[in-house]
Amino acid sequence: MDKQPILEMCGIHKQFRGVKALSGVDFRLYPGEIHALMGENGAGKSTLIKVLTGVYGNDEGYVLLNNKKIQIKSPLEAQESGISTVYQEVNLCTNLTVAENIFIGREPKRWGRINWKEMNKRADQLLQERMNIKIDVTLPLHAFSVAIQQLVAIARALNVSAKVLILDEPTSSLDATEVKQLFSIMRKLQADGLAILFVTHFLDQVYEVSNRITILRNGSLIGEFKTEQLPKLELVSQMIGKDLNQLEQLPSKFSSSQFINNEIVAEAKQATRHGVIEPIDLVIRKGEVVGLAGLLGSGRTETARLFFAADEVDSGKIVLGSSNEKIDSPRKAIKHGTAFCSENRKAEGILDDLTVRENIIVALQAIRGWHKPISRKKQEEIADNYIKLLAIKTSSAEQLIKNLSGGNQQKVLLARWLLTNPQLLILDEPTRGIDVGAKTEIQRLVLDLSKEGKSVLFISSELEEVLRVSNRIAVLRDRKKIKELRDYDMSEHAIMKTIAGGDTDEINL
Amino acid sequence: MKLIYKHHLFWPAAILIALLLFNFIYSPDFFSIVVRNGKLYGSLIDILNFGAPLMLVSIGMTLVIATKGIDLSVGSVVAISGALSCLIVSQAENQNSISVVLTAMGAALLLSIGLGLWNGLLVAKAGIQPIIATLILMVAGRGIAQLITSGQIITVNSDAYAFIGTKALLSLPVSIFVVALVLIIALIFTRKSAMGLFIESVGSNPEASRLAGIRSTIVILLVYICCGLCAGIAGLLVSSNVSSADGNNAGLWYELDAILAVVIGGTSLNGGRFYLMGTILGALIIQTLTTTIYMIGIPPEITLVVKACVVLIVCLIQSESFRRVLIQRWRTRHYPAEREVPKHVN
Repeated sequence: MDKQPILEMCGIHKQFRGVKALSGVDFRLYPGEIHALMGENGAGKSTLIKVLTGVYGNDEGYVLLNNKKIQIKSPLEAQESGISTVYQEVNLCTNLTVAENIFIGREPKRWGRINWKEMNKRADQLLQERMNIKIDVTLPLHAFSVAIQQLVAIARALNVSAKVLILDEPTSSLDATEVKQLFSIMRKLQADGLAILFVTHFLDQVYEVSNRITILRNGSLIGEFKTEQLPKLELVSQMIGKDLNQLEQLPSKFSSSQFINNEIVAEAKQATRHGVIEPIDLVIRKGEVVGLAGLLGSGRTETARLFFAADEVDSGKIVLGSSNEKIDSPRKAIKHGTAFCSENRKAEGILDDLTVRENIIVALQAIRGWHKPISRKKQEEIADNYIKLLAIKTSSAEQLIKNLSGGNQQKVLLARWLLTNPQLLILDEPTRGIDVGAKTEIQRLVLDLSKEGKSVLFISSELEEVLRVSNRIAVLRDRKKIKELRDYDMSEHAIMKTIAGGDTDEINL
Repeated sequence: MKLIYKHHLFWPAAILIALLLFNFIYSPDFFSIVVRNGKLYGSLIDILNFGAPLMLVSIGMTLVIATKGIDLSVGSVVAISGALSCLIVSQAENQNSISVVLTAMGAALLLSIGLGLWNGLLVAKAGIQPIIATLILMVAGRGIAQLITSGQIITVNSDAYAFIGTKALLSLPVSIFVVALVLIIALIFTRKSAMGLFIESVGSNPEASRLAGIRSTIVILLVYICCGLCAGIAGLLVSSNVSSADGNNAGLWYELDAILAVVIGGTSLNGGRFYLMGTILGALIIQTLTTTIYMIGIPPEITLVVKACVVLIVCLIQSESFRRVLIQRWRTRHYPAEREVPKHVN
């Protein structure tokens, strides 16, 4: 590249209480490029971004912006010097209007009062001109989909004369069309000369949109590559530092016909929840892995929640095991041997103030009841055991779970449920926001469970993953089950065809 | 050393010791304890004795706050419980009869449990925000207490009733034993059973707790009932101590002192982790402070201002971010550059 980098980070070191998070990382960002920052969980991506945006100070090294050395002490200073960030979780106020969200903290004023007209006009202009979206900016943000909210967050970041835009996992909660929309906006911004730093776990997206890739591993720089010169396999093995072939080997799975005579572990009989899922029939047999495929909002999560009684059915019913008892609370579902890992790890999974140990034993303790405590010694044994078994990276079992990385939090939640020895494990997006290595570990775990005679209901937006682990796949569209695919019928093509309801050529997923 | 410094009881304990030390320097006989009629007298005993109701209320408050809740009605429950038991005793033919006193106390405690249940139902079942739900009983409770006492101060003339509030056991005030008993039960209840874990997990994330199979509703009901019961026992101590019930003033502002004690003790108002021993230290700090203010003879019209200042300082010392700012200031301090003295030019 002949141009001058707009942003340069040199020799960045960062330690947390003696643990090296970054050691001597260099990073360059040129204007008008989309640069992907890749690495496993805990490789130091977030730390690097947080150093860049002033959330953390750096121990060593320096940052150049436009060839000038800058000291960023706070996120506000970063913003003022032209570095804007959109974080993974949308942190906007959903009860305020779109315009308010964009201008919050820097509202156009007239005589000390907010000039609402001007604000709405400018918000509308900003969204239309720079991002090609036309929405009513006076509506509260919660009236719009997560995708639009994400775009509003970007618009907010653009509003401050940004030169560098950092997108941290912007696509993790978007479906395929929404991702497309986001990418077209990113390309437009790129053409405007903005430098975009893009963090994601989706490899395909990296290849679709980025120009260059920087890879981190264990806090060190592995290298900077041009995207077109780096094959996908090479990228993955650089990220994890292992040969990919080694990872790819998953235990083989059974064909679906083997389960036909097995007892039924769970069954939905015309289970309905108004406005959420249309009457659905689904049978899960012992030892079987059933995948749920469909677009975001097609009713995958909703179906899973019915099986766990996280939401109650309005009509029809859910039968767990051989009992005829009405399942009307998660507690009862757990007692009947069901476990549920929510896709929303932060809001519905982890107990963030508690330790890893407590997070692991809580579900087992809950069904035992308060008067039968598990002894402290036993708890420690269990926790240490699962930390080893699932290779959870934590300083100790007494570490607070909120200090763990996303992938390790997910493993703790898996441990919580494995401990209850479930007959049916419902996994809703268990690999979202998780690096390739941990992903394969979780997939392997699913297949191992199936071998042990446990059943799994597996949900993922990555079709490839669903195909890999499932014996049978139920395809959902518009809150209805369209079709069940098994064995030889199961292919990415077949699923997409079913989702699209006909010709797949029209949609390019 | 670092372990001691990091321990969650370090700051509350340090502050309490500092307060006691101040008292000792100010009046060296602060720590003196004398025996009279087989009963111990002294400032320390007074602090424990007069602080007993606050400690009780704070224990209950800790559990409620741990579930991300708050109970503003404890002061009113103190008044109601005292009023009901005094009313029953005062109407009995033989006020000294043990059975009358026990019935009166039992009835008052049952009512307190009922009031706690009411708060719990509003929060857990009706889904009202705790601060509003308990505000209802805070306001209405004063009315109920006055209704019971018919707007008068009910006095009782019963040695048996005065036992828990004024008498001594093993030369220590009975109230101290009451607090110790409640504290031990609370500790066993929360730490030896899994209840503490459930309370903390509900306070930390109610939805995740529900999905983990914890019956959040029951946990929340239970902590409000405990809180009501603790306030009820405190009400008995208060009314027994003065052998009368005052619907208007008994337990006035206890809720605020109790919340303060909980926070000083290290439990966050955001719920989650809770520290019963910390709360006890917090309550003792508040009581010591009150005693100190009376003892050093601060004019009554400014006692509240002085108390507020000390509380502010206590809270600042406890705040980790404040300490960090202070330390940073200290490390990067610079002295004004010495001015060069211009030479005299002759």
